[in-house]
Amino acid sequence: MTEAGPHISLRAVTKIFPAVGAQAEVHALGPVDIDIVRGEFFSVVGPSGCGKSTLLDILAGLSSATQGKAALGGLPLHGVVPEGVGVVFQQDASFAWLSVWDNVAFGLRRRGAGKAEIQRHVDHAVKFMGLEGFAEAYPAQLSGGMRQRVCIARTLVLEPELLLLDEPFGSLDQQTRLLMGDELLRIWRETGATVVLITHSLDEAAMLSDRIGVMSARPGRFIEVVETGWPRDRDSRIVSDERFGTVTGRLWSYLREESIRALGYSQTSR
Amino acid sequence: MKSRAADIVVLVLGLLSAWQLLSFVVGANIVSPPATTIIRAIELLQSQSFWEHAASTGLAFGLASVIAIAGGVVGGLWLGLRRFAGDVADPILGTFYSIPKITLYPIILLVFGLSLSAKVAFGVIHGIFPIAIFTMNALRNVAPVHRKTARMLRLSPVATVATVLLPAALPEILTGIRIGFAVTLLGTLIAELFASTSGIGFALLRATDVHDVVDILALTMLLFTFAAIVNALLHFLERRIQHRD
Repeated sequence: MTEAGPHISLRAVTKIFPAVGAQAEVHALGPVDIDIVRGEFFSVVGPSGCGKSTLLDILAGLSSATQGKAALGGLPLHGVVPEGVGVVFQQDASFAWLSVWDNVAFGLRRRGAGKAEIQRHVDHAVKFMGLEGFAEAYPAQLSGGMRQRVCIARTLVLEPELLLLDEPFGSLDQQTRLLMGDELLRIWRETGATVVLITHSLDEAAMLSDRIGVMSARPGRFIEVVETGWPRDRDSRIVSDERFGTVTGRLWSYLREESIRALGYSQTSR
Repeated sequence: MKSRAADIVVLVLGLLSAWQLLSFVVGANIVSPPATTIIRAIELLQSQSFWEHAASTGLAFGLASVIAIAGGVVGGLWLGLRRFAGDVADPILGTFYSIPKITLYPIILLVFGLSLSAKVAFGVIHGIFPIAIFTMNALRNVAPVHRKTARMLRLSPVATVATVLLPAALPEILTGIRIGFAVTLLGTLIAELFASTSGIGFALLRATDVHDVVDILALTMLLFTFAAIVNALLHFLERRIQHRD
């Protein structure tokens, strides 16, 4: 944690989706209270459908809280995307009509960056994400994992202060996930960005994070925040540390009951 | 690519054999054999009257295509960007697309008379609906994650349409244009078949009147060839734009 003072502050943040037609009102999230400091790596784990992605939408400014106060850098978040926020979505968001290089350059071009600057940043990001031989390829010619790396690169070149990741490695195999985790840690250390990662994988959360927020079944609340105590300079080899097992074990002990509840919930509600 | 060329050769040979067989079974006075028909088609291609008819059809088809594409794309874009308008228009467009347009031809003739405009109008009402429907749906089908990405990049509404929505929708819009093109040709020819004074459709009708089987089949074959070539070209363009090859 590089600086004091919360980068993100959520106070009793609640999201309720109003009733539409036959669909009843859905209390998706909250109340959620959390402070995340600048430069922290914070992960969110929770059972399916607990409102993790809803939380991310609020943090990104894509959606506003129904109740409560959400603030980024002291400024209120109210459904408008603030500057300096980058999101990598769970779904493939690469642009099929642009080459890998043009995909990565897209945001910089729209921002009006100079040619030389774009060239430098994009070349670096393409290399960094291991896409060097594929700069001229189109997304349709790449695997799902590579396309996701294109999306990560497109977000990273904009050097966001806050990086929001919604299950970014969901489409990758286990080995690639570990290596991408290392990349992510490196980026996090080098840029000093605050990272909020949403994941299903307890291992991934335990390996990458400073702190992990465990969410309850819907409506999602933080039932526990687990501190890992890892040094800032860490990588995937931490999975062989005996404390790693303790962390994942703790996460699972909190999450087990909630996951059963989430499953039972969806079985009885249908 | 090599295997595709082989496929096409096999397909053409298969069609020709089936045609020859059919001609043999039902008689040359009902279905003329391929060789006779192809020779007649070559003769037609060398005659002045064929090209006069072709020019007449071509002009009507060209104008109808331009109007159908421009109108269909602009209308479809407008409806695709406005969810409510799109919801209202969707069933109406679908109905217009599916009704037999021939029932409207008497009205078109009353409005435009026995003229080029009538042929154009009839071609347009065939082509404009599928193009509008495809364009509208293409925009509505743009992945939500692309819209979200545009918002995350803080793009203006104009930039969102120009740099994300339109390019994402383009392949599907082109499919609509390809289908619209085919039915516009169909509409133009039907108009000529029913009431006109020139054009390939008119020539077909005249050949039918005098039971000139060879002429009927030769003209049909030339039309088929033209439609297939245009379709293949548009298909090629579609594939190129999708960057799959």
